[in-house]
Amino acid sequence: MTKSRQIKDFIAKLLIYLCSAFSVCLLVGIICYVFVKGIRTVNWSFLTSVTSVLKGTVGIAGNIVNTLIIILITMIIAAPIGIGSAIYLNEYAKPGKLVTLIEYATETLSGIPSILFGLFGMMFFGEKLGLGYSLLTGSLTLILMVLPLITRNTQEALKTVPDSYRNGAIGLGSGKWHMIRTILIPSAMPGIITGVILAIGRIVGESAALLFTAGSAKLLPKGLSGLLQKPLQSGGTLTIQMYLSATSEGDFSTAFGIAVVLLIIVLLINLGTKLLTARFDVNRKD
Amino acid sequence: MKKKAIIEITAKCIFTLCAVLAIFAVCSITIYMFIKGTPTFHRVGVLDLLFGTKWAPTAENPSYGILYIILSSIVGTAAAVLVGVPIGLLTAVFLSEMAEKRIGGIVRGAVELLAAIPSVIYGLIGMMVLNPLMYQMEKALYKDNPAHQFTGGANMLSAIIVLAIMILPTVISISTSSLQAVPQILRSASLGLGATKMQTIFKVVIPAAKSGILTGVVLGIGRALGEAMAINMVAGGAVNIPLPFNSVRTLTTQIVSEMGYAQGLHRQVLFSVGLVLYIFIMIVNFILLKARRKGVGEA
Repeated sequence: MTKSRQIKDFIAKLLIYLCSAFSVCLLVGIICYVFVKGIRTVNWSFLTSVTSVLKGTVGIAGNIVNTLIIILITMIIAAPIGIGSAIYLNEYAKPGKLVTLIEYATETLSGIPSILFGLFGMMFFGEKLGLGYSLLTGSLTLILMVLPLITRNTQEALKTVPDSYRNGAIGLGSGKWHMIRTILIPSAMPGIITGVILAIGRIVGESAALLFTAGSAKLLPKGLSGLLQKPLQSGGTLTIQMYLSATSEGDFSTAFGIAVVLLIIVLLINLGTKLLTARFDVNRKD
Repeated sequence: MKKKAIIEITAKCIFTLCAVLAIFAVCSITIYMFIKGTPTFHRVGVLDLLFGTKWAPTAENPSYGILYIILSSIVGTAAAVLVGVPIGLLTAVFLSEMAEKRIGGIVRGAVELLAAIPSVIYGLIGMMVLNPLMYQMEKALYKDNPAHQFTGGANMLSAIIVLAIMILPTVISISTSSLQAVPQILRSASLGLGATKMQTIFKVVIPAAKSGILTGVVLGIGRALGEAMAINMVAGGAVNIPLPFNSVRTLTTQIVSEMGYAQGLHRQVLFSVGLVLYIFIMIVNFILLKARRKGVGEA
């Protein structure tokens, strides 16, 4: 090997190692920085009270409740539709124009930036349907956004179920729907749940699609009737509040406090999907 | 028996309906974007809108030129891709060709987590770390230039860096899987002919995985074009020529920062900004679809 070749190889290797180290260092840097800056803000009262000048409290309880409500409404609607869509594509559809069209549409949906979902949600759900700035408008918008994620993950999960399961059930005289309900969905469950968890992660981290649909109110709903009415009222999620704290309100301690909470949620979600995938693999071996 | 048949048909219909909803959603979004975005082309004038350089929506004689906004989006995305893709590709090479299982697992995990971090957190860190740094540089560079408008560090360069970091996970994961899909026999042949490992990687493996890597790049472009919140937090708030130390507005941040208060024609122009972004994204999607089809054909 010539000398110049050796030098070139060495430089290439060095660059490869440096670039790979960059991602790891970046992640560690981000996590450390956010925790150092924000961990002092996070305590019990930060999580359970609402920011109020009168009471002198700083807290994000209202935003946590808003985030939970949005996750709940979005997933109640998006999960069945996404799973149903995957079942159609995998189990019923025969290759053809309709399937190509559906797959292209799903692809397109997953490529649309969240700010455009927000714009559409504001125009259609907010103004045309008259829902205004409300958690419901935000949820309806997010449904469109997370649908491709759930569909694709469910499809992947369904593909891993061996055909012998299907043939066996049908051969024993089961109807197709019965087979799907009792054999297919339970076998694909870990994969489906992974998709749902990923979708929840996406919702927790979303901000641009919610700014002009769900609004930014941060008060806690009062009592059960307040909670029931909340979906029709404006409410800011954790990310929205963080954005406002860091920009217009200039309250960086709250912003970093929320960042800590968000990072913990992201880490937990990541861990959860990892564990599920690991279990899924074990199941596939037998 | 009849009851069973009815249940079967109902189930099939419901599943079909679920699947067709995606088509319905894409169609309504497209139609709405055009309905809301096109009237201003008529009212402001296509040329004045797309190629006007003056953005003064609240002035007495308002003008709605979005050329600099479009350019900022294009320049920002292009620069972010230029910075992010090499780093991402080399990381993918590491993961696919060189990493031992444990270290590879750590890098892979880190990349997955980077993808999951909400964009507002990238924005916040950009504001707190990058912008002050940029301000130092700006003060040093422009101290003798009274014509420069100081931005406090919220500028194009910050936006590019944040975007480059945010597209990394996409580029890395797609490139890694396409590198891994290159048949082992190509590597063995190249090594057998006496090429070094690095020569094999750069002259054989990467060219063989070209179309997959390009897919990753195009996905990265889509992600960079559409990113809104993080950029809005670090890029400043003025419509400007996209120069490194200028405070800029992109298509996305223009919507984020003005939709809250815009009225009348101003608001409609923001819908047009959304339409321009939507058309850009559709072009990216179209390229992606072509690339995917080609990729399938090759495999």
